[in-house]
Amino acid sequence: MSDPKIEGLQLKPGFKGMSEDTGSDQTMFKGVHWGKAMMWIFLLSDTFVFSCFLISYMKGRGSTLVDWPYPSEVFALHVGGVAVPLLLIAIMTFVLITSSGTMALAVKYGYEKNRKMCGWLVLATALGGLTFVGMQAFEWTKLIEEGVRPWENPFGAAQFGSFFFMITGFHGTHVTIGVIFLFIYAYKVFAGHYENGGKRGWFTTMKGDYVEIEILGLYWHFVDLVWVFIFAFFYLW
Amino acid sequence: MVKAEKKEQSASTHKIGIYMWIWGLLFVLSFFSYMVDWYNFQGMLRWSLILFFMFLKAGLIMAFFMHLFWERYALVNVLLWPMTAIACFIFLMVAEFEYTLFSRAFYFVVGGGA
Repeated sequence: MSDPKIEGLQLKPGFKGMSEDTGSDQTMFKGVHWGKAMMWIFLLSDTFVFSCFLISYMKGRGSTLVDWPYPSEVFALHVGGVAVPLLLIAIMTFVLITSSGTMALAVKYGYEKNRKMCGWLVLATALGGLTFVGMQAFEWTKLIEEGVRPWENPFGAAQFGSFFFMITGFHGTHVTIGVIFLFIYAYKVFAGHYENGGKRGWFTTMKGDYVEIEILGLYWHFVDLVWVFIFAFFYLW
Repeated sequence: MVKAEKKEQSASTHKIGIYMWIWGLLFVLSFFSYMVDWYNFQGMLRWSLILFFMFLKAGLIMAFFMHLFWERYALVNVLLWPMTAIACFIFLMVAEFEYTLFSRAFYFVVGGGA
């Protein structure tokens, strides 16, 4: 994105550039849209929230004397009478990565001002996210029917339920919020809010720009990023 | 009145190939980490493989899908250095859960109360 304050200024690369950017008396994040910088700062704080959840899960699981439920069996799906370990979780992972890919392409086409492609890809991302939330609802229902509660479960250590519902629930909330925004922005792209210099937004007098799709993309990739860690630590460990 | 076309663009668009490559790699790495469970690897092998694939996937997403690879160091460093605080917290809590585990095991056997 062009920043009028840095036009014509030769920016140095690498650490030299970093010290000059940081020490300069104008914007520190040169060439970065303010909205993008703010989204990054938000994601950094969100990283800390998720880290605290995962670390408390580590602490809880590590300090119990009762055997931890075996995720491979707890999260198995029965296909034709055969238990396939982690099948649903694997499908959920693939759906989320697929939606992350379509989002990355949506950002690319947005910057190329390809309205149709960008809109369809944002819509595809939203549908992928919706599928993920649906499968998660199914997973929760299944486990609750099997008797998993935040305070007890039939498989092993009682802490399992509270960590499971807290961590996947918080992640699912993020996905749900993302899906809502993806639908809104799919509409905005199709409606041409970013075309011809941009249309005024709903709660602002500022003109819309395709950089908003990149900012939305950052959030969506972060949701995928968190899932990578949950998948590794909660389901595979 | 014709508005002057701004000459921004370019900086943020990359060839579609790079996205396709990363996308494909993410699928392959996810498949590998699923295979770790499928073949039921245990112990150090399981844990190191899980962590290896996890960090590789996270790195690819952040570097290319979130464009950090192309951002200026001022932003990248502001975002990545705070992660060391999380690493410290993890080490603290590992020490903590080992102590809790030890005292639980000890007092469950020996019994509390003097």
